[in-house]
Amino acid sequence: MSKIEHNMSLTGDAPVKLSIVQRIASGIGLIGLFILILSIANVDFPNKTLFLSLSLGLIAAGTAVFSADLYLGKHAGIKNDGVWFKSLSGRGFWAWILGIGLTIFYIVLYWMPQYLGLNANAENTGLIALFDPLSKFISGNPASQWFVYGTLYTLAILVFGIKFILKYRNNRYEVLRTFSVMFFQLGFAFLIPEILSRLNQPYFNPANIWPLNYDLFSGYKLNSFFSAGNVGVIMLAFGLISIFVITPILTYKYGKRWYCSWVCGCGGLAETAGDPFRHLSDKSQKSWRLERWLIHTVLVLVTVMSIAVVYSYLGNNASEFWLTKDVFLWGSAGFLTLLFVVIMVFKRKELAKDAQYGAIGFLVVILAIISINYFSGNGNIFFVAAHKLREWYGFLIGAAFSGVIGVGFYPIFGNRVWCRFGCPMAAILGMQQRLFSKFRITTNGGQCISCGNCSTYCEMGIDVRAYAQKGENIVRSSCVGCGICASVCPRGVLKLENDDLDGRINSEEVLLGNDVDLMDLVNQRAK
Amino acid sequence: MDHIVIIGNGIAGITCARHIRKNSDARITVISSESDYFFSRTALMYVYMGHMKWQHLEPYENWFWEKNRIELKKARVQNIDFQEKKLFFSYEESFSYDKLVLATGSNYNKFGWEGENLEGVQGLVSKQDLQLLEDNTQNCKRAVIIGGGLIGVELAEMLRTRNIEVTFLVREEGFWHNVLPIEDAKMISRHIKSHGIDLRHQTELEKINGDENGRVKSITTKDGEEISCQLVGLCAGVSPNIDFLKDSALETDKGILVDEFLQTNIKNVYAIGDCAQLRSTRKKRKPIEAVWYTGRMMGETLAQTLTGKPMPYRPGNWFNSAKFFEIEYQTYGHVAPKTSAEEMHFHWQHKDNTKAITIAFHPETKLFLGINTFGIRMRHKVFDSWLNENRKIDYVLANLKQANFDPEFYRNHEKEIFRSFKENLQQA
Repeated sequence: MSKIEHNMSLTGDAPVKLSIVQRIASGIGLIGLFILILSIANVDFPNKTLFLSLSLGLIAAGTAVFSADLYLGKHAGIKNDGVWFKSLSGRGFWAWILGIGLTIFYIVLYWMPQYLGLNANAENTGLIALFDPLSKFISGNPASQWFVYGTLYTLAILVFGIKFILKYRNNRYEVLRTFSVMFFQLGFAFLIPEILSRLNQPYFNPANIWPLNYDLFSGYKLNSFFSAGNVGVIMLAFGLISIFVITPILTYKYGKRWYCSWVCGCGGLAETAGDPFRHLSDKSQKSWRLERWLIHTVLVLVTVMSIAVVYSYLGNNASEFWLTKDVFLWGSAGFLTLLFVVIMVFKRKELAKDAQYGAIGFLVVILAIISINYFSGNGNIFFVAAHKLREWYGFLIGAAFSGVIGVGFYPIFGNRVWCRFGCPMAAILGMQQRLFSKFRITTNGGQCISCGNCSTYCEMGIDVRAYAQKGENIVRSSCVGCGICASVCPRGVLKLENDDLDGRINSEEVLLGNDVDLMDLVNQRAK
Repeated sequence: MDHIVIIGNGIAGITCARHIRKNSDARITVISSESDYFFSRTALMYVYMGHMKWQHLEPYENWFWEKNRIELKKARVQNIDFQEKKLFFSYEESFSYDKLVLATGSNYNKFGWEGENLEGVQGLVSKQDLQLLEDNTQNCKRAVIIGGGLIGVELAEMLRTRNIEVTFLVREEGFWHNVLPIEDAKMISRHIKSHGIDLRHQTELEKINGDENGRVKSITTKDGEEISCQLVGLCAGVSPNIDFLKDSALETDKGILVDEFLQTNIKNVYAIGDCAQLRSTRKKRKPIEAVWYTGRMMGETLAQTLTGKPMPYRPGNWFNSAKFFEIEYQTYGHVAPKTSAEEMHFHWQHKDNTKAITIAFHPETKLFLGINTFGIRMRHKVFDSWLNENRKIDYVLANLKQANFDPEFYRNHEKEIFRSFKENLQQA
């Protein structure tokens, strides 16, 4: 085995060679990137509008020309030749360089924005100053490090979205889905909040739903909503409706993919810029176990934190506002308990033992924290001030996990580390997808040849083949419905579908194509 | 407690082992000299093309075998003493069994061509063949592939990813025309050519020519043309890997002869998968079917017999699949390469040259016999039940949409297919 792979890296010159056009395109893109690097090094460009346009334009043009040359000359179809031979996509030298580079960028962005040119009480310099003209044009304000980040993030989704569309142009599901993430990133995540701030309204991205948007209920956010009058109240109401009405309905009908691979910005970046790294996710059962514990722990953390910040925001006097601290606290405890009871009563059989223990454990922890707080009469809920809790969550989960590890480590761990191990929104949607949704990936009878393309290219680390080769449908909470498994399957075995709840989870011990009597006998006994 | 020994860790042997374990506590040993762990043979090509690494071919993590108490032994069986129920290896050690399952698979065919044993001449069946291919393509500019079958087209695709020029010699007038009807075969031929392959129809190999170092330097066709090359791919079919059993008490023909319980002429010795040859067959099925699915189904069935529920091997409706470069192929039921008094064909082809279907039906009764589908995915379950329910072709075409398995948002062609069927029927 080692011999095969060793040899391949030696002889694999053909699939990894860059054409002349691709080299020139890379050069163009790198010049664009170089302008950004110069500005980080505090080169003060005379005409910032020109140089910013030049930089972003060259990056976009370079990527587009590169992708067009890479894919358009070839037949429409699967384009995975040499993926594991290339240094960048095969965890080689360039993968580490890119990973380290991205990680450093995130660390500087989150904790040392002064190096990007953010100056307290003074004009921007460096990289951030370069983005001032664009920021002023859209929102009327000078740029911040977050505006720079948002612009680059959106640019990445757009240009790599084009690359993705060219790469998967044989597959209309992939093309439409990518247009959708590009639209939501550009419109909802980037432009709408900036334009709102131009109109002196609260910063609000309608597609960023709690608990992914962990700040929605924090004090400063609630203040900004309430001080904005009707518009603010509508925003808050939309945020709540998103959580309690829109999300459950869409997830029931289409699975969590409606959000994770069609709308979400994190998902959008993972599916576009992160696509070349999707095969790097770990498929072992060990990492599946880690995933289940980690993601639900984050969900508990964000729940506790959010309850804490709302609790500390509310008052005690029922005559001022009906929702007092106590009403809210016990209301939350009641809601969570009710949710738990409903799941345990109706869906107990579909939960594995460890999932049941986990659910009980987590509920007990949350209720215990609430009770301890209540009976100790401590205003500081959960032992520390709510704002501290929020700060810590923002630091550990919001920045370190979703940014540094989530994106910085794309070239090493794959493109969906955050979505798989950390995102509390994905945890909620996944729970519903597993238990109460019409979505599944259907396996086509006995046609699977166990080749492993589906599992290899699953960005969520799902061992798709393990199900397909048993003739079993894939119903997994982590599946974001990207559709790539179905696309890379050489035998047409997988199909993403929304269909009846009956027969959604099945397991054929003996596969279609064999003796009908045997199939009946064995499958009956299995039931 | 029985000790069941399985020779061969391919899909047939491993499926059998897994299903034995589901039903019994028997001691199970699987012997293979090819690889440490079960891997998907059908996916060898993807390792060469860089889509996957070797570990991705292995459907089960390494802890699986110990957990399920399936013992793996890496050794090559040289001899079997069926009387004493003992296996012998190349070194001095013997191994006893109570029940023996032979699942030794296939080798690629050599038909006694001159030069077939030169260096740089090889087929592609085993892990070792893949390793050899890596060595043989180190400085390879041009390859010649002999034989237009499924392994041939895979090998062509593999070599093209390394920018190796490929000449492809095919005996028929269209690709795989010994299986595919001519319109289907011709469409695949066009597609193969569009990938820059020098595809030569009705061309056969005369001999392979070597240089002074015993390496291949060219081939000569039966028309006398010499084509220089550094690799020759022998892809003219496979045959059962049973040479080590030839002079034993075991009855063999092309393969190991088995009855409907997959038992050989020797009690407690069974054969499954590519190496087995059924003494009698049903429903137009062939005595030897060297395909993944047959190996798996035989493994599923034999495991029942071995765990006390004797079960004859009665496969259902034929199905198969393949991929020719970009074009996926599925088939359900039987579509003969040529029409006859008992079989008529309805053929539809999309103008983009990558999608087509051919439906076989009985000219008088209009009974639906089978379908070849290219570039359009179809549901196995739906066609399986239509075949069992003896549906007519009109019904199949009117309900074709039910069988569609393409991804969401794909363009549908059912209406166009139905219209084409009606029009052709009126002309006929």
